Amino acid sequence: MSGLARVIPLITEVTPETGPAVVHTPTRFRQPLSKYRVVRDNQRCSRCGRCVEVCPYGVHSWAGSYLRPPQSYRCIGFKCQEQPFYCVAQCPEQALSLELDPNYGTLGDRRWTNDLLLSTWWMAEWGNLPQGDLEYRIGDSGGGFDKLRFLFPTQPRDFKLSHAEISLDLELNRRADGRPQVRLSVPFYGGGMSFGSVSLNTMLARAEAAARWNTLTCTGEGGYPEALTAYDDYMITQVATGLFGVREETIQRVRVVEFKYAQGAKPGLGGHLLGEKVTAAVARMRESVPGHSLFSPFPFHSVYSVEDHKKHVDWIKEINPHALIAVKVSTPTDVDMVAVGSYYAGAHIIHLDGSYGGTGAAPDIAKKNIAMPIEYAIPKVHQFLRNEGIRDRVTLIASGGLRTAFDVAKAIALGADGVVTGTSEMVALDCTRCNSCEGGRGCPRGIATTYPELSETLPVSYGANRISNMYHAWVWQLKEILRRLGLQSIRELVGRTDFLVHLDYYDLPVEDDLRRGA
Amino acid sequence: MPLKYHIPIKSVPSRFYPVPKNILLESEENCLHCARCVKELCPYDAYGQRYIDPISGFDTINNLCKDCFRCVQGCIQGTISKVPNPEYQDLGDSYWTPQIISTTWYQAETGRIPVSGAGYGGPFRGPGFDAIWTDMSEIVRPTRDGIHGREYISTTISLGRKPLFLSLDEQGQMAMPTFPRLELPLPVLLSQPMLATDKPAVRLAIIKAARVLGTVVLLPRDQLPGNWLDQALYLVPQYPARALDLDDPCLGQVQAVELDDYPEVTTAIERLKGRYPEVIVSIKLAADAGLASRCEVLAGAGAEVLHISADDHAQGQGAAQDQHLKDLIRQVHLHLVETALRDGVTLIASGGVALAEHVAKAIICGVDGVAVDLPLMIALECRLCHRCLQGQSCPVDLEHLDPERGAQRLINLMGAWNNQLLEVLGAMGIREVRRLRGEIGRAMFFEELERETFAPLFALGTGQESTERRDS
Repeated sequence: MSGLARVIPLITEVTPETGPAVVHTPTRFRQPLSKYRVVRDNQRCSRCGRCVEVCPYGVHSWAGSYLRPPQSYRCIGFKCQEQPFYCVAQCPEQALSLELDPNYGTLGDRRWTNDLLLSTWWMAEWGNLPQGDLEYRIGDSGGGFDKLRFLFPTQPRDFKLSHAEISLDLELNRRADGRPQVRLSVPFYGGGMSFGSVSLNTMLARAEAAARWNTLTCTGEGGYPEALTAYDDYMITQVATGLFGVREETIQRVRVVEFKYAQGAKPGLGGHLLGEKVTAAVARMRESVPGHSLFSPFPFHSVYSVEDHKKHVDWIKEINPHALIAVKVSTPTDVDMVAVGSYYAGAHIIHLDGSYGGTGAAPDIAKKNIAMPIEYAIPKVHQFLRNEGIRDRVTLIASGGLRTAFDVAKAIALGADGVVTGTSEMVALDCTRCNSCEGGRGCPRGIATTYPELSETLPVSYGANRISNMYHAWVWQLKEILRRLGLQSIRELVGRTDFLVHLDYYDLPVEDDLRRGA
Repeated sequence: MPLKYHIPIKSVPSRFYPVPKNILLESEENCLHCARCVKELCPYDAYGQRYIDPISGFDTINNLCKDCFRCVQGCIQGTISKVPNPEYQDLGDSYWTPQIISTTWYQAETGRIPVSGAGYGGPFRGPGFDAIWTDMSEIVRPTRDGIHGREYISTTISLGRKPLFLSLDEQGQMAMPTFPRLELPLPVLLSQPMLATDKPAVRLAIIKAARVLGTVVLLPRDQLPGNWLDQALYLVPQYPARALDLDDPCLGQVQAVELDDYPEVTTAIERLKGRYPEVIVSIKLAADAGLASRCEVLAGAGAEVLHISADDHAQGQGAAQDQHLKDLIRQVHLHLVETALRDGVTLIASGGVALAEHVAKAIICGVDGVAVDLPLMIALECRLCHRCLQGQSCPVDLEHLDPERGAQRLINLMGAWNNQLLEVLGAMGIREVRRLRGEIGRAMFFEELERETFAPLFALGTGQESTERRDS
């Protein structure tokens, strides 16, 4: 059980400037995947070390007297040709060549492009923005977030603003109902992934990263493993339709309890854990039988009205008088009504989960077709709550297909208070989005699996570092976006669509790359 | 409660290996012959199960590999890589994409709903059906759990004319003529694809499948099999314009026939119904300009089924070729509703119905059911290479298809489609597919969402040229 070693949570005060330190964490797989490939012809190479001297990005390096194979993923690519330090031109023996990596074309899809995967892996390793030309802001879906751009003022509004002065804090209790405040240091927290769908190591890694950043992560619907006790203050536990692993004790452990009415991966459908993933440990946690598929019904058969819903919320409030209540819903045509109803039922947090996201296994037809993309739902609900006069009394959280720090900022500018992230954390843990999470033993990369020989390839501290590093890069980007807009707090960005342009309605060139003009 | 409709699924492995999406390249060069090669560590044992066909040289590794990249990343020397398969990328065309073809193969083989993790990876939206999202229910409206069989959702539709009201005599007996009706347990008719012409085994497979599914096959009169009499209940012979012969022996045996539309078709309907009142007459109309008013004329003249036929890419025909089937359906449906004719007539649509979601979306736009053609070919492993049309050999040897196995693959595909339809209906909380018809309030259209949500936020104050693009 070496992979399950308990990590003492590192609960330090998050410093406003930098947050927890970046811990350099290269991928646990031997060769990092890469966009470019630098090839060294060993027959020609005279091992003169010229390449090591010239390359400022560390592609070439010595290990004692041994010249390591080039670390291509550090290479900035063809645009290096113009540089004086271009190793291919500098090599006296013409032993070096540069090409597109053949695997590059196989990676990724329209939403998570190969560039987005590679740049997220970069952030997870280094905690900063990728060098070179990797696109780290948007995918290639041709709509929604991928058509929105930030319009930064050409003259920064306030040159003097430093990252240290910018706040990303998010307060979750806006009801003033006497329940405790939960203040997060970042405007995002982790989405629900159940024990069974992901390994305990994955859960622990997410919890540790959440604790480091003073934010939250969610157990999903599959029970609340005892191993997470140390992280209780950083956990949300979920009450979903199957009530798997839900007990009074689990509800009393946390500061936030989440009702899951629906999820973006399969709006309108119940959860489904295939029998192959129901190992003895999973079955024990869920009080079921190993090897048998588990279905969560849809919907809650005890909730068919806002009044029923209120009864549910009251029940949880009664069991845990200190907890805040989050309600996770998907995005039907009347999502605005659902949100208002949830508020009047007593929820502190309304979490909209749009149709394109989710990490869980789901029918392809549901992922693609059912419910509206989150980009439409956020402004719709934001406006409706404002007109209703209750926007200030509820926390609006968005999720479902948010991949990057730019997506986070855009969601907030569209009207959300904060966001929930899921898939990007999986990518930070080396997910390649091969989509094989659901069947057999699950994830070949040891993330979404409960088989020990696979899950133990992902040590907890490694995973925590990778997620924390990615958060680090996100926090820097969010603060840099705010700095360029002249805003001191993420709160000032909420609903500021005037900072955004949509390429369907805007013909002038827009450049919001933070690597330029910093 | 009616007996639950059940489609008997049985796995039928493909006769030929499906075209894999990516290819594994291995290079011997630089191989260090490590004591423990990374290939032995494959989590799926793909290298262990691999088989290389000695004659064709086909390597199954690409069908076994799940693209996890562990061996690619694990090899010290970088001798392994994965590259996109050009053969896969060339499958089909711009509409019948490689993804549609491969998901159809999967469903035909297994009968299962395609399921995957890690969210959706496709474009934000596409043209046509891909610009529609369907609704779901939560909290304030009940959903129905149809897929796991705990709540019954009916997918039955009926073909034929429906009386708009009942009239009873003094004894309370029906005082009106009754019309023949044909009930189908799923809203899908099979239509013999043009590519199946002169492929008797394919035709046989389609008819066998229709029989098991309880639906019917639309096929040209001259393509009826020799033993058509045994299958007559499942056949709907189609007649080109003016080609109907009232002495055709079929007419007394089949439940429905289909006539191509032509100016005097109403006279043909009258004569046909005069002699064979129990036969349901469907009129097949090219989805051309003037479709809606033509439908009004035909519905008013007593046509029982109107079949709107788009091209293979779900586009209209002739002057309407820039219009998508979904929009043409909406126009016809709405026009018939406005002229108070809609409830009397059955509408079906065909052309470019490629995925289960297209069935649901076409019904939302206003048809009662759809006729499906090309996916039947794809289910039989067709690669849409169209070599047969040029007299060349078929890469999947469809001439020697075993009709029994072929039929099961078609049944599997329809089983998977019907279950996906149940998922969509269940999510909306709709308990029968007939209630989905024309329910555009339970769908979200891209153009409308853009107009309502983004246009007010982003189309203002950005100059004249930008506002004009709002509707483009």
